[in-house]
Order: sequence, then structure tokens, then C-alpha cells
Amino acid sequence: MAAELHVELVAADRSVWSGGATLVIARTTSGDIGVMPGHQPLLGVLESGPVTIRTSEGGTVVAAVHGGFITFADNKLSLLAEIAELAEEIDPQRAERALERAKAESDAAAERRADVRLRAVAVR
Amino acid sequence: MGAQLRVYKRRIKSVTATKKITKAMEMIAASRIVKAQRKVAASTPYATELTRAVTAVATGSNTKHPLTTETDNPTRAAVLLITSDRGLAGGYSSNAIKAADQLTERLRGEGKEVDTYIVGRKGVAYYGFRERKVAESWTGFTDSPSYGDAKKVAAPLIEAVTTETAEGGVDELHIVFTEFVSMMTQTPVQNRMLPLSLEKAAEETGTKGEILPLFDFEPSAEDVLDALLPRYVESRIYNALLQAAASEHAARRRAMKSATDNAGDLINSLSRLANAARQAEITQEISEIVGGASALADATAGSDK
Repeated sequence: MAAELHVELVAADRSVWSGGATLVIARTTSGDIGVMPGHQPLLGVLESGPVTIRTSEGGTVVAAVHGGFITFADNKLSLLAEIAELAEEIDPQRAERALERAKAESDAAAERRADVRLRAVAVR
Repeated sequence: MGAQLRVYKRRIKSVTATKKITKAMEMIAASRIVKAQRKVAASTPYATELTRAVTAVATGSNTKHPLTTETDNPTRAAVLLITSDRGLAGGYSSNAIKAADQLTERLRGEGKEVDTYIVGRKGVAYYGFRERKVAESWTGFTDSPSYGDAKKVAAPLIEAVTTETAEGGVDELHIVFTEFVSMMTQTPVQNRMLPLSLEKAAEETGTKGEILPLFDFEPSAEDVLDALLPRYVESRIYNALLQAAASEHAARRRAMKSATDNAGDLINSLSRLANAARQAEITQEISEIVGGASALADATAGSDK
């Protein structure tokens, strides 16, 4: 059995996903980072962006994460985000509309949120 | 029907209507407590992880941050008071306000100026009526607060704490809210949230005594702490808002239950009185008939002679 790490993806108001994984890729403020089992203890600040989790069953879970933190210690990885959504929870049409609306209103924060959602869907 | 009896009947009817309303409110509040408790439980993993992270950075590095260092002599403090938007919840809001008053008194005694921030219409009304100064207030979400609401509340507070005291900032941040102990007990508590005391933070989330590994910080310990602490404050405020909401519903349920019970008692005693009045009326009617009949009999007996 390949080594695996335990992942907890939690948003401020709920636990989004948890389970075993072999690789987690997330975007920190200083660039993309990939965490595999046995990585040294890490605490980083996340950028808004998609997070990719390769589960131990061989599947892939993609989530859109809007700001937050990544911590890894004792083979336990936690992704903390104020807002986090799994790619399958995202409605691409709605995100598309939100993106257009945000562009029209030049609301940078909303535009970025919609963009991250769309990218998460695209990665899947 | 006699006048007396009619008055009783009318009162019974109105008390019955009131009882129905309070009963409905009781049941609504009871169902909302469960929902609020579930929200508290759902927000716990985030708060626990965040506390662990904050503790890790603060103990694992020698970084100094305005949110964790205590000033030598604090001159100004902010108090965040959480009350409810609606009444009919027994002593819920007034207990929280009382606790805030005590805290304010104590802080003034220590020679600090106090800025008050209020959540909930009841607290705003209380301070408005007494013409006390309120730095900022928020209303309209105490029933079921969202994380966005907590962010809104936290933003000016964090700003006030990070500003220099001379420029109108504050040195300390206290929060007064009603802790949800159980369905029957809710106690108003006063917590000092900032400057952060790490031991207390660890105690609250039950992570005390855990040995934390040496973390590799990305991009740097200072930056991580800078980003972490505001989130930490937000999550504490969110937790306080959720607990306060659960407490509010529990307090309302209890108040409405006793109102329903009282209405029941009142209906009982009123119907006893109504029965007595009816009985008295009947007795009077009978004695009138008997009296009338015997007077008639006397009269006819007299005319026979």
C-alpha cells in the first residue's frame, strides 16, 4: 500500500471534504506547492485558486478555495479556507454569469471568485 | 348571561388566544436551537485548526505582532456586546447588557477609555435611550449569523486594534456574549480576545498540552501570522455570534414556555371563577322563582278567605 496522508478541507462554516490522499497541490502566496506523505511540517498562506487532491483510491478531487491556509504535520494536512467549494458543487453557468456581472460592475473581488470557480471546474 | 360571567368568558377567550401564540413561538424557538447548535458544531473544525495554527506560529517563532503583544499600559479598550434583535426572550439581552456594563465599569476603574461596539437591536436601543456613545453597531442577523456577518463585525475591530492608540486605536478587545452551556443554562461571559493569550486559546479548543512540530513557514512566519490573526479574530467572533444565537433561541423557548404555562394557570382559575359566577346566577334565579311562587301562593291563599 502506498503511503498516504489524511486531508481535511474545512471552510469557516462546514467541513467540505476529508479522507486519504497521496498528493495535494495548492497555490500559496509564493507559488504552487505539492505535498506528499512525509513532507516536512508546513504552514503556508493560500492564494485563491483551485486545490487538487489525488485520493488514495486513485480519484481526483478539485476544490475552489478562496484564501486561507495550509498546514501539514504528522501526515495530517489541513486546508482552512473562508470559502471552499468542491468542483462538482459549482454551477459553471452561474459562475460564468457571475464573472460577466463582476466584469461589468468592475468588482475585482467578485471577478476573482468567479474566475477561481471556473478554473476549478476546468481542471476537473 | 349575567354581566360578571360575560366578562370572565371574554378574558378566557383572550388568554386562550395568547396561549396559542406563545406555544407556537416556543416550538419555533425549540426547532431553531437545534439548528443553531448544529451550526456551532459545523464551525468547530475550522476554529480548532485555526487555533492550532496560530499557536504553532506564535510558539514556533519569535515574531512580534500587535495582536499578540500586550502594551505596558493600555489606555483604551474596545468592548463588543452581542445582544438580540428581538425581545420576548426573557432576560437574555438585559443579562448580556448588564455584563457589558460591569466590564465597562471595571475597565474605566483601571483607567481605560472604553469604545463600545454593539450587535443586535436590543443593545442599540438600550444605549440609544441612555444617550451613550456607540462606536459602531450592526443589526439584523442575530437569529442566524453567517460567516460574512462575522467578517463585517470583525473588520472595524481589527482595524481599531492595529491602529496606534494615539490615533484613535485601541489596546484591548473584549467581547461580551451569552455562552450556550446547555438547553437550560446560558451564561453571559466577558472574554478578552486581544491581545491574544495563547494558553487560553489552546484551552478553549482543547488543544492544550499538545506538542507542536517545527513548521516550515511559507512565505515567512511574519506573513503567516499577519494573515492568520485577522482570520482567528473573525472565527472567534463567528463562534460567539453562533453561541449567542443558540442562547437567544434557548432563552426565548424558556420564556415562551413559562408564558404558556402561566396562560394555562390563568385559564384554569378564570374558568373556576366563571363557573362560580354561573352557579351564583343559577342559585339567584332559583331563589327568585321560589320566592315569586311562594309570594303568589300566599296571595291566592289570602284571597280564598
